[in-house]
Amino acid sequence: MDQFTLNLIVVGATFALYIGIAIWARAGTTSEYYAASRGVNPIVNGAATAADWMSAASFISMAGLIAFVGYGNSSFLMGWTGGYVLLALLLAPYLRKFGRFTVPEFIGDRFYSTTARIVAVICLLVISITYVIGQMTGAGVAFSRFLEVQNTTGLLIASTVVFIYAVLGGMKGITYTQLAQYCVLITAYTIPAVFISLQLTGNPVPPLGLFSTHAESGLPLLSKLDQVLTELGFHDYTGHHASKLNMFLFTMSLMVGTAGLPHVIIRFFTVPKVADARKSAGWALVFISLLYLTAPAVGAMAKLNIITTIYPDGTAEEPIRYDDKPDWMENWAQTGLLSFEDKNDDGRIQYYNDRSEEFAPIAEARGWEGNEIVTFNQDILVLANPEIAQLPGWVLALIAAGGLAAALSTAAGLLLAISSAISHDLLKSVFMPKITDKQELLYARISMAFAIALATWLGLNPPGFAAQVVALAFGLAAATLFPALMMGIFSKKMNTQGAVTGMLVGLIATLLYIFTYLGWFFIPGTNMLPNEPDYWLFGISPLSFGAVGAILNFASAVVVMKMTKAPPPEIQDLVESIRVPRGAGTAVDH
Amino acid sequence: MTLDKSAAAYWSANLRIIGICLVIWALVSFGFAILLRPLLAMLPITIGGTDLGFWFAQQGSMITFVILIFYYTWYMNRLDRKFGVEEE
Repeated sequence: MDQFTLNLIVVGATFALYIGIAIWARAGTTSEYYAASRGVNPIVNGAATAADWMSAASFISMAGLIAFVGYGNSSFLMGWTGGYVLLALLLAPYLRKFGRFTVPEFIGDRFYSTTARIVAVICLLVISITYVIGQMTGAGVAFSRFLEVQNTTGLLIASTVVFIYAVLGGMKGITYTQLAQYCVLITAYTIPAVFISLQLTGNPVPPLGLFSTHAESGLPLLSKLDQVLTELGFHDYTGHHASKLNMFLFTMSLMVGTAGLPHVIIRFFTVPKVADARKSAGWALVFISLLYLTAPAVGAMAKLNIITTIYPDGTAEEPIRYDDKPDWMENWAQTGLLSFEDKNDDGRIQYYNDRSEEFAPIAEARGWEGNEIVTFNQDILVLANPEIAQLPGWVLALIAAGGLAAALSTAAGLLLAISSAISHDLLKSVFMPKITDKQELLYARISMAFAIALATWLGLNPPGFAAQVVALAFGLAAATLFPALMMGIFSKKMNTQGAVTGMLVGLIATLLYIFTYLGWFFIPGTNMLPNEPDYWLFGISPLSFGAVGAILNFASAVVVMKMTKAPPPEIQDLVESIRVPRGAGTAVDH
Repeated sequence: MTLDKSAAAYWSANLRIIGICLVIWALVSFGFAILLRPLLAMLPITIGGTDLGFWFAQQGSMITFVILIFYYTWYMNRLDRKFGVEEE
């Protein structure tokens, strides 16, 4: 059986499973549709949250993202996990106690203002829509890569599958499909990782392998990696080569942003009790860490493995001949993710850092005329692993299913956050408050269909800034929703004026800073300053600005609060009541 | 009145434990893994051929985060019962 058929069978089987779950978990009420009737086991919710959270980018790109920079990109690991501590300690239990369906609903009720609710809806839509574009394009790319269909066809298949289970099952359907998707993606990620770890270090546990001995050289794996990289003119892997302030702020922005992402927060509305919300955040982080501890190991090992394949006798000796390169390099060269060019016509593949001035004399002395791996897509480190480790075809098929599971699960979570903000926060609360539960359920489904159509259209016509959008979503979540939610819980005196000012200041300041360097609405050429460290305010990268936006949000909210009227007593009582777990059962469903 | 006092005491006990957990949260990530890494590197401890700060950046902070959440959950369940505010 050829690889393509195998991919089709495995991916087809997982899709059949998701749709089967959706039919079983149909939603009959708005409570089921928005919050799975708050009956989700906290461990199940943890796994669903992990799938909701880990996108196609986490699955396919993260190992490479870390491997190509080394220590400096540890920000992603710490940032994308540290946010769960903030969620568990500062938000999830209280929002669960409050017992409503959406994030803007909490903001609207707590700040007793429809304006606050609408501002929150705007923030949510900007955050979630920018985020979903990346997921849809990711799903399209994954389909075209694994199933040999056009990007467009891939995207349409992905939308159809999400449409079936999200429109039918709402949160309930999404929760149980996400559980299945987590199982698929973690299995797919772990199997090749175990084999590459065994191959390089003899240790079957990849995170342990990363810090153990490289079997071939007898050196610690990381020392070996540092050594070969510096010998080829690259930065060492474990060293730090960028601004500490930026790394600090970037990590902070990712953490605070993670805790403020609406599609993650609403997952904690589905558990039965307040205590479950805390526990569930812990389980979510366990399930996420299984992948996030493995990813840096996979990245470092795959990178070392590729370099030692190219330089079989050590970096001081001649690299491998083009004719002798392994089959997997040939296979991936056909996809365009890898490409070679024999610049000095010696028939051998020179891989080195041709931008390093210090290394230039060495390269010249060896007769090298430039780095000959012209394209080296970071995704290779995950995608080519099964072939590098010479694993059977079904493992590659599993990787295909895993990548698609990661993309679909995140897209579905985002689409639910978008559609519930439209149907519950705009239609039900502002425009047509008289509709019945049944009618609202219908509108929720229509909103979902509309959100999927919009996301598909944006996925087909990406605004040309796909790479920046996810970072933008984190920055905005950090600068708008997180501070508003936190102050709503931790300050009894925070009022409408303060919260609305804070959200608007955070939103506008962050957008302005990003647009200044990346162009107005990301249109190339419209940036007012070059996006280079010399021009950044205090050396702060636009991607790290979310943390600053959050500080501006907090500060302006407090100043305005001091100058305006305190919230009414019943709101202060409401804050008192969400701070204690007792009574969460009665707060359910209004 | 006693009930109100108890609610205030419950909240301040909660704030205290949140504060402690967040200090550890910041120490392992922003501290050990980023800002204090050069200091940590002066210790005669190496792990897998590199310094402790690198380990905290790639694994140690995440593991600490997981422990922190479960510890907080356990602590709060106990606190909820102590103040009689646990869920029925």
